[in-house]
Parts: sequence; C-alpha cells; structure tokens
Amino acid sequence: MDVDKLWIVNEAIQSALQTPYHVIFEGLLVIWILRLIFSKPHKIPDKEEKLTAKEKKELVDLWKPEPLAPPVEKTLAETRPYRLVNGQVGKNIVINGHKCKNFASLNFLGLVGNKRVDDKIEKCIQNYGVGTCGPRTFYGTFDIHLELEKKLAEFMGAEEAVIYSYGFATVLSAIPAYAKKGDIIFADEAVSFAVQKGLQGSRSKVVYFKHNDMDDLEDKLKQQEKMDKKDPKKAAVVRKFMVVEGIYMNSGQICDLPKLVEFKYKYKVRLFVEESLSFGVLGKHGRGVTEHFNIPISKVDLVIACMENSLASGGGFTCGRHYVAGSQRLSAVGYVFSVSLPPLLAGAALEGLKISEENPEIFARLRQKASFFQNLLKGIKGIKLVGYPESPCFHLRRLHPVTPEKDLEFLHDVVDKCEKNGICITVATRTKAEVLSEWPASIRIAVSVQMSEKCLKEAAKVICHAVKEAFAEQRKS
Amino acid sequence: MSGDFKLEKNGNANGKIFNGLNGHQPDLDKKAFQENFEPTPLHAAILTYLGYAIITVFGFIRDLMRKYHIEKLHAATEDPEMKDFVPLYASFESFYTRNMYNRIQDVFNRPVCSVPGATIDIVERKFSNSGWTSEYTGKVLKNVINLGSYNYLGFAENEGTCTEAAIVTAKKYGAGVCSSRQEIGNQDIHMKLEQTMADYLDVEACIIFGMGYATNSTNIPCLVDKSCLILSDGLNHASLVLGCRLSGATIRVFKHNDMEDLERKLSDGVVYGQPRTHRPWKKILIIVEGVYSMEGSIVNLPGVLALKKKYKAYLYLDEAHSIGALGDHGRGVTEYFGIHASEVDIMMGTFTKSFGAAGGYIAGNRALVEHLRAHSHSACYATSMSPPVCQQILTSLSIISGTEEGRNRIKQLAKNSKTFRQGLKKIGYIVYGNDDSPVVPTMIYLPCKIGAYGREMLQRGFAVVVVGFPATPIVESRVRFCMSAALTDEQIEKALKAAEDVARVLKLDYSADKSLSC
Repeated sequence: MDVDKLWIVNEAIQSALQTPYHVIFEGLLVIWILRLIFSKPHKIPDKEEKLTAKEKKELVDLWKPEPLAPPVEKTLAETRPYRLVNGQVGKNIVINGHKCKNFASLNFLGLVGNKRVDDKIEKCIQNYGVGTCGPRTFYGTFDIHLELEKKLAEFMGAEEAVIYSYGFATVLSAIPAYAKKGDIIFADEAVSFAVQKGLQGSRSKVVYFKHNDMDDLEDKLKQQEKMDKKDPKKAAVVRKFMVVEGIYMNSGQICDLPKLVEFKYKYKVRLFVEESLSFGVLGKHGRGVTEHFNIPISKVDLVIACMENSLASGGGFTCGRHYVAGSQRLSAVGYVFSVSLPPLLAGAALEGLKISEENPEIFARLRQKASFFQNLLKGIKGIKLVGYPESPCFHLRRLHPVTPEKDLEFLHDVVDKCEKNGICITVATRTKAEVLSEWPASIRIAVSVQMSEKCLKEAAKVICHAVKEAFAEQRKS
Repeated sequence: MSGDFKLEKNGNANGKIFNGLNGHQPDLDKKAFQENFEPTPLHAAILTYLGYAIITVFGFIRDLMRKYHIEKLHAATEDPEMKDFVPLYASFESFYTRNMYNRIQDVFNRPVCSVPGATIDIVERKFSNSGWTSEYTGKVLKNVINLGSYNYLGFAENEGTCTEAAIVTAKKYGAGVCSSRQEIGNQDIHMKLEQTMADYLDVEACIIFGMGYATNSTNIPCLVDKSCLILSDGLNHASLVLGCRLSGATIRVFKHNDMEDLERKLSDGVVYGQPRTHRPWKKILIIVEGVYSMEGSIVNLPGVLALKKKYKAYLYLDEAHSIGALGDHGRGVTEYFGIHASEVDIMMGTFTKSFGAAGGYIAGNRALVEHLRAHSHSACYATSMSPPVCQQILTSLSIISGTEEGRNRIKQLAKNSKTFRQGLKKIGYIVYGNDDSPVVPTMIYLPCKIGAYGREMLQRGFAVVVVGFPATPIVESRVRFCMSAALTDEQIEKALKAAEDVARVLKLDYSADKSLSC
C-alpha cells in the first residue's frame, strides 16, 4: 500500500517538473487567494469628499437661519387681539367692558359660580392646598382623585374611570396608549384638533372617512377587510380602531352610534368615542351618547370626555371596562408623566356630579332650551344653522359663502355687534394646522341651562339684528 | 475636588466628573460646576442582571401556570364577545407589569389625604396574592415626612396668605373657564399673571398655559416644522419628545450634557444641511432642560449658549425643575450661571414644582410671545388656566420675588439640598448629579431593593420615591429624594438617620470613595 502511494507522489512530482509554468501559475493563484482571504475589507470612499475646517467655518458663516418668530407688527396685523373678560365666565359676563349674557362658553349646566361648588372648592383648598406637587405614581394620588374616579365610573355605568389633569391632554394621551405604529385608525374627518393630535401621536395609519357618512366608512372597512384576507398573518397582529365624537365640536352633529357598534362587531374594529360635548348633555341622566341611543356602555371600548365643559371644572377622564381602561395608568403619557389634577378642580367636578344626580331633569331641560334657541335662530336670513337639533352647542355659518377671509370678517363683525348689544358669542377659532384646513368659518353658540326663555328670545333678536346690519354694511362696502 | 474617574462603561453608567465648563467661557467659571456620576460597581451590575434574570424566569413559570389555570388569574380579561378581535395588548408588553411591577405596587401610587407639604398623611393599603388584590386597611399613616413631592419652595400649604388669596379668587371667579384663550377664556387674572411672570424673569413677555405637559407638546410644533432640525438632549422629558415628534422636524439626539457631541451635531447640521438634498435647514433648535429630575444634573448652560451663538441656533430651555429652585432669587438656571434671561430664546417652565400650583409658561421676546398667542394650539383649542390656580402662582411669586420670607425659603432649600446630599455621601450612597440641584438621586441598582427601600423608609416614617425600569436604564434603579424648603433641619437629620439605617439593612453603601463628602 505504502509503496503505491509513494509511487503516485513520485509520478506527480515528475509531471510537475516537466511543466514548470503550470506550477508557477497555480502557485501564484493560491498565494493570491490566501492574500484576499486574509486582507482587511477595503473601505468604499464616501461619495462626498471631507470638508476642511476652513470650508466648514465658511459654510457656518454663510448660513442664515429664519427668524424664530415673525416680527411683532406682522403677527399683530394678521390676528385679532384677545377679548378681555373681567371676572367670572358665568351666565353674565363682562367682556371688553360690555355687560353681556354669555352664549359663548361651554358652561352647559351653569355650574360656574354655583354656591355649592364654590363651597366645595373652598373646603378642598383648606384641606389640600392648591397643587398636588407630584404625578399619580409619586404621591400625587389623593383620596379625592380616587373618589372622583369611582363616582365617574358609577355615574357612567362603566367599570373603571381614569382622570387626567387637562382636557386637551386626555384624548392626546389616551389614543396613543392603545394604537401604536402599524395599527389602523378609522376617524371621522370632522374630529376636533385634540383628537387629530392624538391620532398623529399614535403613529398609526389614519384613514379619514367623510363626516358622519356611514356608507363611506363601511366602504373603507370593506376595503381593509379585502386587504386583510390577502395577508392574514399581518392582519392577525394589526389592531383596528374607530374614533368618533358623540357631538362633534366642529359641526354640532351627533354620531350614528348604533351603526358604529354594528360595524364594530361585523368588521372587528374597536370603538373609541370622544364625548366632551355629549357628556352631561345627552341621555336621560346625562351619561352621553350611549345612554341617548340606549346602548350599554360596555359595547364602547373607551369613552373619552373632558370635565371642562358640562362639569365646569378642569381635566378630563376616560372610562371603560377594567381590561381596557386599566392599562392607561402605565402607558398613557399624559397620565404617567404629568402632575395630577389639582384637588380643588376634582372637588368641583365631584360636586357637579352630585348636583346633576340630584337634579336629573336638568339634562332634558338643557336639550329643550337648546332646540328652542335653535328654532329661533333658524329663521335668520342669510345664515345656515349646523348642528343636531337638541345639541346646546351648534354653529352658524354663512348661507352663501363668499371667500374664507370675507366670511370670517363678516362673522367677526356680527360678534362685535352682538357684544355691544349685550350678547356675547364667539367665532370658532381654528389654526391652519388642522387636518381639514378648508373648514368653513362659523360662530359657535353654546346654550346654558341657566338661560330663561325670555333671555333666549332677546338673544335671538339681537343676533338677528346684528346679522342684518353686518350684511347691510358688507353690501355698502 | 476633581476626581480621576474615567469614562467607564459598566452596565449603562457614565462616569464623568468635570470641574469647570469644558473649556467654554472660562470667565463664567465662577462656581465649580460639580457633577458626579460614579460608575456602577461591577458586583452591583452583575447582581442586578442576575436579579432580573431570576424574575424573568419566575415570570415565565407563573405565566405558564396562569395559562394552564394552575394559578388563579386575577387580571381583567377581554370581553368574551370580542374574542375574535385582534388582541389589544401584545402578550409580552405587559410581562414586566404582571411579574415585576405588580409585586412592588405598594411603593407606587400611594394615596395621600392631606396637603403635600413637609409631612403627609398616607392611606394605608394591604396587598395580597403577589400584588394582584388590594384593600384599604382603614388606617391612615399620619405625619409621614415627605421626601417625594415636588415641593421645592414649600408652597404646598393649606393655610397662610397663598391659601386665603386662592379661596377669595375661587369665590370671585369660580373654578372653571369653559373656553379657550382665543375665544372668551382670557380673563384679567391671566393677563396679570403673564405680566408678573415676565417682570419676574426680566423678559419682554410671557404666555401661560393650563398644563405643563401640554405647553411643550402644543408649542414646539408652532416654532419648528418639517424643514427644521431639533437637537434634543438624550434625557429630555417625555413631553418634549412628544412635542418634537408632533412638529414633524428632524430630531437628532446628543449625549446628555455632552458639549462635544452637541458641537459635532450642530456643525454637521449647518454644514451638510438636510439629508439627501443638502438644502440648508430653516432653523436649528436646541432643546435642553434646566435640571434633569432623574439624574439630578444641571445643564451646562454657558457651554450650550456658546455653541448656540457660534452656530446661530435657537435655544429652548425647559425649566420645569429649576425655576424657583435655583439662583439667588429663584429665577432659575440662568440666574444660577449669572446669565441674563434674554440670551435664551425660549424660556419654558412649569408652575407645578416651586409654586405649588399647576400649569406652564413660555417667556421670551415679544415677537415670540405674540406669535404663540396667535398660533399656539393650546391657546386656540384648550381651556385656559383655572383662576384660583393663577392666584396661587401670583401670591407665591410675590412672596418669592419681594419678601424676606421668599429669600429665606430659597436659602433653606439650598441649605437642605447641600446638607442632605453631603449626609448621604458620608453614609456611602452613590449620589448622582450636581451638588446644587434640589433633586437628589441615589442608586440602589438591584430590583429587589426597589420595593424594599420604599417599604423600609415608610416603616420609619418617610415617604420616598423609588424608580426602576423603564423610567431609568435597567441597571440603574434609584431612589429620588426631592428637597423642600418646608423641611426643617431636624427633619433632614432624622431623614439622614433613617437613610443610614436602611443603607445598613439593605447594604446600599456602594460608593467606592466615602471621602467624597467633603
């Protein structure tokens, strides 16, 4: 055996020596391969050449940033100055020196200046001071917060309520606590600015459907269903939500909750309802849009509302089942990283809830006065009234709009004239940062249950007169 | 007293002491800028990781037992009608909550039933079933010394001038405003507060908002947009991060208080412009905080200002924790460094910590404030500040800026911060942050000690704040003491004794150099 092997090697060496160029070439090839294997990776040079320090300094010197804010004169020329209120924003208000009846603030139940609420606030300040000096996790949870959460949950008929310290921040934090990047949210295009920011903050894909158009929503839900069927693996981890408002701030219309609940179960989409304007307004006991349509609140995944309107206090809350609402205490940014609601505002809200419970007829009275006032204003020539018939918050728009700037000027003119004659109303303020920036200009009227019928009739007269005068002036100019 | 700590990377620690101002503005080096971040000791880091590993293993076992119904499931479950829906929570998301946070829930969310002053009354709770169920025992722990609330100047009071003024205002104005500033929510008391705050800070104008968190998240989008660059400190607060995100600008994070990293990013920003197109940025905004509450560090303001001037950027300074607490007259971190407030473009702050109220403000030159009045999302859509809260701020401001009492409060706070910090260092705790900061974070590292520390201190009559992951890096759990001008010298002494006792029990004297107390 060994001899055979030796003979083969001998043969190989002999043949190699006969063709030296072959050996040399193959040898060089092997060396080249070894070099490639063991050499360091070759760095691809940057497409741009590095700049020298001198060149960098020149670029820095040349760069001129835009000013941080436009010059004062420009800002003041483009915007109207704030109206100044002396004293309380209650039923009667002194605005820019004029004594007026207040039809502009969302004080629906007339709780601003209520004696019981004021006494409760005094007691709270004497007990707790003004601020809580800490977020909920770190000694900012007061017994009054826990009491208010329990009372709210009881009032709404939900399992759990979570309080936030600012109405605007409530919906801004509640939506991103559940909807994350990669999820899909179907939102009404008329949702208020705070909801839009909440949607933006969630980083989910947002699909807007036409305002209150259930057919358009169903189309979009069906489209999504088709896409889900094509990719079932992805669909199994992508959560879907619908965000609507009970009464829309931007249009005063009511949402079609029964249809929405039907879609929820048909297309497996969770439902969030923002009830800032319908809490304390709709329903036999003021529980909002769920009570109005007789739908158990457990069917809605999360109800988000603020206590700054009907309860005339501060802050906001969300309520729902334990499974849904409980997780906000750890994942909602506005709850965890923010100082809790001042106890005096929590006390005011508590007292407001107690007063509403003791006088449940107040909500029906509010709605009746609202529709009475709406009927008085419907007849004004040249003005279109937009809003759900029983909503105490509705909009007046120009029937035949001209241009956005002229319409806005016209409406401001109406507001000024009403103010001089003792009725305070306001133009609905907007910024250009809204998703729907072409929203028509409007006056937003808010009716308080404190207003008597006589008062409402007089107010309607003043507004009608102001509109006539404003039209006359525009025709002249 | 400059140490020789090198920049070590133990776990996630930094380990830098610097005396002076990193070579910038040597003429402002009037104070020795002392900041300590002692690196994590190796044995603590190893034990911490081991601790988390054990918790995770047990967590998996318990989850499995709950899945197969061996252990009773106490957590709320989804509505059975909705079982076909895509699950609301990813199964791993709440793993930490279920298995770690739940067990030490008794040190968080402690309900308080008194004013959050130097002492508080805590409602006692009893937890069972590993933290799943709780009940109130009916007892109230009275007069627990409060080392956890943000009550820097001691204005969390329920009697005295502030309280009386707030009550009078509440009776006159009520609590709610029900309207935004741009509509009819602009009351005379708001204008008065804005003017007073502007005078106090010595700037042209000021605008106030109802919530500190909303101040950041609704105003940063008004100042910058898609074609701007934001350079944000690595440890900025969640509200600043949200504000930056909502603005749509490009965000680049620089290492905490690291002037070299900031300069590099500024230079790259100006020189190379926007990514891909290389068009110049419209504006560059640097966002920093005055005092960082988790680290106890103070921003290197002279350094940042020097860079800002060199590269023509704008500076947004969030003084949530430093207004009222730093500086001889409580004017914040600008006064602390001897810099005039007009050098900072946007001075933002909150009224929650030093003024015992709620809300936020932005101050600066008139062009900026008028722009925000017209375009701020908060001024346009959000309700204005409640009048009694405004009054509380007005009264406390008048005390801070004009009276002997105010000066005494500021002095007492500075004294308390120094005494407490030195005391803790003598005991052997690793204390993070700047010597002058009213926030005193000390390290406990191990997850088991988080719950234990909170409980031990409560037993001895002290309310403290313990923080772990995810608010801090996973290895660096800490106890965060908040100093207050309301705490007397004896209360501080008692606190130090208790801290020493607990350090002995829990073996928290990690500091390698006990002589750091001089």
